[in-house]
Amino acid sequence: MINSLKRRFVAHLDPVLMYALGGLMFVSLVLMYSASDGNWGRVLGQLVNIVVAFTALWVVANMPLHYLMRIAVPIYVTGMLLLLGVMSPLGVNSHGATRWLNIGVATIQPSELMKIAVPLMMAWYFEKHEATLTLKNYFVATLLLAVPVALILKQPDLGTGLLIAASGFYVLFLAGLSWRIMTGMAVLAAASAPFLWHAMHDYQRHRILMLLDPSQDALGKGYHTIQGMIAVGSGGLIGKGYMNGTQTHLDFLPERMTDFIFAVYSEEFGLLGNLILLALYGVVIARGFIITANASTYFTRLMAGSITLTFFTYTFVNMGMVSGILPVVGVPLPLISYGGTSMVTLYLGMGMLMSIHSHKKLVQS
Amino acid sequence: MKRHVELKNHQREIYFFRLRLILSLGFVLVLLFILLSRFFYLQVVKQGYFKTLADNNRISVVPIVPNRGLIMDRNGIVLAQNYSGYTLEIAPGKVMDLEGTIDALAQLVDIQPRDRKRFRKLLSESHTSETLPIRTRLTDVEVARFAAQRYRFPGVEIKARLFREYPYSDHMSHLIGYIGRINDKDVKQLEDNNMAGNYRGSDYIGKIGVEQSYENELHGITGFEQVEVDAGGRGVRVLSRTTPQSGHSLILTLDAKLQEVAELAFGNYRGALVAIDPSNGEVLAFVSKPGYDPNLFVDGIDTENWDALNNSPDVPLNNRALRGQYPPGSTIKPFMALAGLEYNIREPAYSISDPGYFTLQGSSHHYRDWKAGGHGRVDLFKSIVISCDTYYYGLATELGIDNMHEFLQQFGFGKPTGLDMEGEAAGLLPSSEWKMRRYKQIWYPGDTVSAGIGQGYNLVTPMQLAYATAVLANDGVGYRPHLVKQVMRDAEHEAPPEQPVVAMDLKLPAEHIALVKRAMVAVTQPGGTAAGASAGASYKFGGKTGTAQVIGMKQNEKYVASQISERNRDHAWFIAFAPADKPRIALAVLAENGGHGGSTAAPIARKVIDYYLLGKAPKPLQNVTDSPEKEDD
Repeated sequence: MINSLKRRFVAHLDPVLMYALGGLMFVSLVLMYSASDGNWGRVLGQLVNIVVAFTALWVVANMPLHYLMRIAVPIYVTGMLLLLGVMSPLGVNSHGATRWLNIGVATIQPSELMKIAVPLMMAWYFEKHEATLTLKNYFVATLLLAVPVALILKQPDLGTGLLIAASGFYVLFLAGLSWRIMTGMAVLAAASAPFLWHAMHDYQRHRILMLLDPSQDALGKGYHTIQGMIAVGSGGLIGKGYMNGTQTHLDFLPERMTDFIFAVYSEEFGLLGNLILLALYGVVIARGFIITANASTYFTRLMAGSITLTFFTYTFVNMGMVSGILPVVGVPLPLISYGGTSMVTLYLGMGMLMSIHSHKKLVQS
Repeated sequence: MKRHVELKNHQREIYFFRLRLILSLGFVLVLLFILLSRFFYLQVVKQGYFKTLADNNRISVVPIVPNRGLIMDRNGIVLAQNYSGYTLEIAPGKVMDLEGTIDALAQLVDIQPRDRKRFRKLLSESHTSETLPIRTRLTDVEVARFAAQRYRFPGVEIKARLFREYPYSDHMSHLIGYIGRINDKDVKQLEDNNMAGNYRGSDYIGKIGVEQSYENELHGITGFEQVEVDAGGRGVRVLSRTTPQSGHSLILTLDAKLQEVAELAFGNYRGALVAIDPSNGEVLAFVSKPGYDPNLFVDGIDTENWDALNNSPDVPLNNRALRGQYPPGSTIKPFMALAGLEYNIREPAYSISDPGYFTLQGSSHHYRDWKAGGHGRVDLFKSIVISCDTYYYGLATELGIDNMHEFLQQFGFGKPTGLDMEGEAAGLLPSSEWKMRRYKQIWYPGDTVSAGIGQGYNLVTPMQLAYATAVLANDGVGYRPHLVKQVMRDAEHEAPPEQPVVAMDLKLPAEHIALVKRAMVAVTQPGGTAAGASAGASYKFGGKTGTAQVIGMKQNEKYVASQISERNRDHAWFIAFAPADKPRIALAVLAENGGHGGSTAAPIARKVIDYYLLGKAPKPLQNVTDSPEKEDD
């Protein structure tokens, strides 16, 4: 009885992914204790985030594929309405950016929802027109991507905007966007860079300049990058040991529990630890590739591919920013940084991957 | 048609998808490789560099200021000491709104407008990013009140510090001097002398007096503590510690009680007194009146007090004993007499007939004696006892200025005595060569006449005159004058006292010196110019009165003290040594605008000698005792 319940509970959970996620979960909790200087409250808080996110994962993993297809449009439309809502008087401004919406009971960040909604919508759109794909379809799909991205960039939220643009681009790429168009887009992007630079907010320009030379403003905008690099670099081969990171525990590292948690990890566990962490992420990504390759429908192939590549992009952008090869764009380290929203979004993606794999098997068997 | 082909060619579509997926995988692997290279670069190649940066972040080297050495008199009476107290200090770099913060602090502790003024002055002079005191000497209540509200004031802290205190206030100010906050000039000097490292963390440095001259001994060696600090600069734990070495205490040659007696003896007179032990050069008393309270300077003097001191007509900040330059007047006569004997211009028995004035050959100008009508027959002995001017007009004229210069400079006139205190004035001992250099003029015979009685261009400091008297008292052997008897370099095994250093041995004929000294003793006996001040002394002592003109008199004018404003009255000199046969003390006293040496300066000297030889406690000062002859010079 219990065994059968157990079997039903785990039926749609992919064991490989689950082991990797479990490992990352463990790292997250252990690291949270160190990053918060031994604050059990933060560890508990993150545990709650994980439980909530895992629940979402389980629900989605058990969702049959046509459900996913069916919810694509409503989620996308809702997300777009909320994004427009942010621009209305209901939008909440904080630190010079209007990214939040006050819905009475809570303040939500609609751009988080769009991280799932945009690739979902695009994959749904390509699936619908699978048989008759023309250039026009690619153009419409690009619009489905460009409009929310533009709205998010306008908030302004460079990090989220670029990540959503990436996730949408992955869908376009996997859907077979021709090389000629991609080359054209790349040329266009390069040509428009000066205009883009002109349209950017000062703080966004600053971040890019800081990447080129962080020491220029060591106590101001460059502080994050410099302290992050010092933490990573001083960790050395095997790290300073758990709870012994001086950059972490003497408060030199900013955003220790969120965007810069990788610096905490890297300082305390060194290059060896980084390899282990990358291996865990590698398992998730590799499994994602396998699931994508074996996905049964056009929609699921695109969706799984986009989720996998986006997951990798998050990881790369965060680690790259902490180690000083990318500008500081406010991207959390997936599944490890403190925070409920991003945790739920990412676990939802993982849930979709599991559903795609498991329901394909069910269909086949 | 084409669509149909694609629709049917499902395998081909999967193939193209997987091709793109493999490209994506390649993209992922390339980026992963970039990340790994970056980690390798940061954590292996540059690990040492970042380790250093991380250590620089967390390890702060905090200097520990050594305790300053004490200053004591020869009997162990403490003249400069340290006490611990609390200051409220602000780190200007860490406080956004300075004025607002000070206003808020004023709610908790008493902050006067002059505290604010001083803080602003310190801020404008500050040379480092260290903290500056807004209030010193906090009470316990104020400390407690601030401590409770501390969280409201980032960048403001209470510090326990050692303060310098001068218990004798204005009594020994010119001797001991004071310490003050290190300013830009001090920093530059420390850097030039390669001392800046030892002053990391030090706020104070000797500014003047013994505090300045013996700064290197008194300061001590700064210790260091390596402290782990967090990003807010708060210390977390101590990693290592090098203990500081306290500064060496000084034992002065000064006798504080004698100094007290001397200061009291001055009464309301401005002036100076230097007393030296002729047998070893130890300075026993060193007075410059008026003094000032050196405690005012320690934490930066406020403008009101500074203006009061700086603008006072009494110039209390001037160290008269060391830097005051006055004509020696008749106190030069014993030395002139020695010169006359040395150059064989005067035999002891030779006498002149004094008509009350002197004329140069071929001139009708009368150089007047201080006594109208003259002293009658005057030989060398009498010339000193009654201070005959006419005798010395002639002697100087025959001697010539350059012989005078040559002889007198042996006694230390015209150059610093080498006292162990900075800033000593050289005085002025004129010569024809000097006048040519200084004024591009030849030396006139008339210049020599007035130089013979210590007027004209001649200038001496009280220190110089005391030293010359000590040399004379010690029969021509001079010991380097010094203020510090002993530097306590080792607390356990007391360092030996400084050995007296022979600075000069004039090798003058003993009978010359004996004659002059005998005449000086006669000065203090009935018939001498200092007879009144010496009456009733149970010991014999030698002395010489002197008067230094402040304004010149015209040929036919008569000096009447009551008709001249106080500040233009003559300065009174007295030099003395005692006891006569084996001098243990030699001194020079100057009473500014005191009039006659015999009536104002000599009584001061008498009180000092009385105390030094007899241990007689000073009686309340009686201002003037008259000499039988009413004037000298």
